[in-house]
Amino acid sequence: MRPFSVYVHVPFCATRCGYCDFNTYTATDLGNQVQRDTFDQVLISEIQLAAHEMGSDRRPVETVFFGGGTPTLLSGKALVAILAAIEQKFGFASNAEITTEANPDSVDQAKLDQLRAGGFTRISFGVQSASPLVLKTLDRTHTAGAATAAIEMARAAGFEHISADLIMATPGETDQDLRDSVDLVTAGGVDHVSAYTLIVEPNTPLARQVAAGTVASPDDDDAAHRYELVDHLLTKRGFTWYEVSNWAKPGGRCQHNIHYWLNDDWLGIGPGAHSHIDGARWWNVKHPRSYSQKLTAGDLPIDQREVLTPTQIRMEQVMLGLRTASGLDLAAVEGLDDQVIAKLASDGLLDEAALAGGRLVVSTRGRLFADAVVRDLLG
Amino acid sequence: MPLPQPGATDPAVIRNFCIIAHIDHGKSTLADRMLQATGVVDARSMRAQYLDRMDIERERGITIKSQAVRLPYRGQDGGDYVLNLIDTPGHVDFTYEVSRSLAACEGAVLVVDAAQGIEAQTLANLYLALENDLTIVPVLNKIDLPAAQPEKYAAELARIIGCDPDDVMKISAKTGEGVPELLERIVRDIPAPQGDADAPARALIFDSIYDTYRGVVTYVRVIDGRIATRDRVKMMMTGEVHELLEVGVISPEPVPGKGIGVGEVGYLITGVKDVRQSRVGDTVTTAQHGATQALGGYRDPKPMVFSGLYPIDGSDYPELRDALDKLKLNDAALVYEPETSLALGFGFRCGFLGLLHMEIVRERLEREANLDLISTAPNVVYRVLNDEGVELVVTNPSEFPTQKVDKIFEPIVRGTVILPSEFVGTVMELCQHRRGLMLGMDYLSEDRVELRYTLPLAEIVFDFFDQLKSRTRGYASLDYELTGEQEADLVKVDILLHGDAVDAFSAIVHRDKAMAYGVMMTGKLKELIPRQQFEVPIQAAIGSRVITRETIRAIRKDVLAKCYGGDITRKRKLLEKQKEGKKRMKMVGRVEVPQEAFIAALSTSDTTSKK
Repeated sequence: MRPFSVYVHVPFCATRCGYCDFNTYTATDLGNQVQRDTFDQVLISEIQLAAHEMGSDRRPVETVFFGGGTPTLLSGKALVAILAAIEQKFGFASNAEITTEANPDSVDQAKLDQLRAGGFTRISFGVQSASPLVLKTLDRTHTAGAATAAIEMARAAGFEHISADLIMATPGETDQDLRDSVDLVTAGGVDHVSAYTLIVEPNTPLARQVAAGTVASPDDDDAAHRYELVDHLLTKRGFTWYEVSNWAKPGGRCQHNIHYWLNDDWLGIGPGAHSHIDGARWWNVKHPRSYSQKLTAGDLPIDQREVLTPTQIRMEQVMLGLRTASGLDLAAVEGLDDQVIAKLASDGLLDEAALAGGRLVVSTRGRLFADAVVRDLLG
Repeated sequence: MPLPQPGATDPAVIRNFCIIAHIDHGKSTLADRMLQATGVVDARSMRAQYLDRMDIERERGITIKSQAVRLPYRGQDGGDYVLNLIDTPGHVDFTYEVSRSLAACEGAVLVVDAAQGIEAQTLANLYLALENDLTIVPVLNKIDLPAAQPEKYAAELARIIGCDPDDVMKISAKTGEGVPELLERIVRDIPAPQGDADAPARALIFDSIYDTYRGVVTYVRVIDGRIATRDRVKMMMTGEVHELLEVGVISPEPVPGKGIGVGEVGYLITGVKDVRQSRVGDTVTTAQHGATQALGGYRDPKPMVFSGLYPIDGSDYPELRDALDKLKLNDAALVYEPETSLALGFGFRCGFLGLLHMEIVRERLEREANLDLISTAPNVVYRVLNDEGVELVVTNPSEFPTQKVDKIFEPIVRGTVILPSEFVGTVMELCQHRRGLMLGMDYLSEDRVELRYTLPLAEIVFDFFDQLKSRTRGYASLDYELTGEQEADLVKVDILLHGDAVDAFSAIVHRDKAMAYGVMMTGKLKELIPRQQFEVPIQAAIGSRVITRETIRAIRKDVLAKCYGGDITRKRKLLEKQKEGKKRMKMVGRVEVPQEAFIAALSTSDTTSKK
């Protein structure tokens, strides 16, 4: 049986950030249609229903990941209750990795202690940047100081792994800002960093600002440069690159995400959450209200599903595998064109040593062209 | 008294005439009105602008192919007359066809918009009519318009023709006002045809149309003798002999008869399938006891402008070939041969009479065969002498010799522009910029000017008309006729993408303009070609000498930052879409160029708006 994970989507945020296109809602967005303080019960009802539907397909859970949104907008008690429901229905594998995302300003020591005691092993903070100017452009409400404090509190609470998210190449960010950001999170003692170049997603306030010219358009060349810089800085501090936007200290890799990239199975709980089990993908209805209504009616809140064809499975395998440091086993993928591979290698996009060992792994330069490499490989 | 019948009509009652008018000055409306006034079409079955048959003509308001209609008319003197209205094509590219239509007439009704005055085209055709000794009946149309200035333009016309302003008729084809008087005037002023009824038959072909059901329909004017059914006819230029299956007149539908005699206008059907077997300007005679001397004035249609036509979807190539083969049946001037382009794939090198002819052919191919086409920049015909004294005819930049050339000759035209005097400065500037030499300038009236220039044809085929229109807010009109050739300092500019020449973008230009062309093209391509993983130089070069360069900077990043569980389906779908898009990419060396970039770079409309 393939490894099995659970993702829980908490679709709430205190405020909406201008760059964000995730499926999340502020209290104002929701009005009184959805009760935030009883939403854990709705999520638990989906867990129970899904577990029932899976029947004998149920397996012990290797990893759980609470994402959002801002999961920590739910009470510590609620988060622990949801986790307990998962454990009750599926059981946990030994050394299961249990992560929650958190905003630096949505946690305090008591809550972190409560989460740790309730079974969470890993916490991932949305630090984004050490620069006040960048944080302001991103509409983030926390300060760099709050981020440092949150990481410190998480260490005190005893989390096994602490991760920080950074956003690079925000208009107005300087190289020094990025150095400061890396210093902030590494000094705090995180063992994992996700660093993303800013994407202007369509239909976001940021996209409108860029269109109106009030915020400069993020520059791809700047983004490439910052990427190289962040890779350099993290490598120097003992981190190792393992996926396009992810670096970890030894033992610090996010097991949950690795399951995604290996195309393993997972169940997604919550509005808009995606699932992938046994060659099928499906996703839930996006709005918390319609999501709740379906569950109240006793139905799974599924919006759409697709059964993957062998071609699509192969496509996903190549697309996901090439993002990672372990890459693809050449023997495991059929029909790749040797000439294309040779050309990619001679263009310096593939790691020669890995290739000699029968694996396709992007080179350092190739990481920034991973999508192009995938397109070429898939012809 | 019985009406005069086809084949038995006294030439004395026949009046053969055409209408000379600019686009939109009301030729078709007037023709409609005449059809109605003479009773050959009743109001109910009247389709607006009956004589323009093809959709394109209807939409563009222009007449491409002429036809002839026989109108029985009872004059105010009580006599029965036969008016043959010969329709003329209205554009510069069809001057030769116009001249043959005029040669079939004794008179011409000159129709000018009473709100706009005469246009260059009309003036040129008027001169053509005068050269053919036609009697001119000057008419101002649209006098019902509030903006009409009949007195002003009557004076203008009178000055040009050399008549009295009072002789200029004032009508409204729309309301019918003045049309009965015009018909009387035609009978009174235009001479009856003269010819020798007993001489061997000679009939002038002034038009020839391919009809899917009937084959080629040939329109003729009988000069001498008589052409009757059951005759075998001979085309004197081609020497071909055909059975005559049908002879008749159009009134306004075909009316088959026994024959047509001196001065009459009608049609012949011989069963041939290609208009090339029945050429405009040729003389038809009888196979037995035929004439030995053809009527003068025949000319082979000669393509003056060449361009590559390519299907945007390469798999449409066979459809394009079939569509051209079909179009050719109806277009004696169209020539083409297969051509291959690195950038555009398989297509055809086509020769046209001129720009409008090119546009019409392209539009008909797109419309009638439902094809999406891309055409390369138009090229005129150059005569090149290399340094060994060998002469080459170059209709395509790819034929331009790579070795040293001794002399190059380019076709030149005599261009006439009629425009409001306020725009004279800007138009003179345009003509000068296009290497024009001024021949003269005349005031047609106090605020309207006729400018005459010698211009290289190459300068006219490339967006000159658009420029002229935009500089004069649409008030200028242009006519040109080929007058010969001149030696010119021309070079071939190649456009190199990452070192590889892109054939579709090569152009033959004057040396002084090579830089401007290079800057324009490399600049356009820089905007249109997506960044690649490596730096791509775009160069313009004459031979091996680079004259200008742009650089597409290398892209440094091509990866999405995030791909987690919820992103996978979306990202896979994007990949599937990109895979489709990749099929529309063409490789120039190592550079991936979207098909759209070629199309956009070759479209002239962009350059017009930029200038």
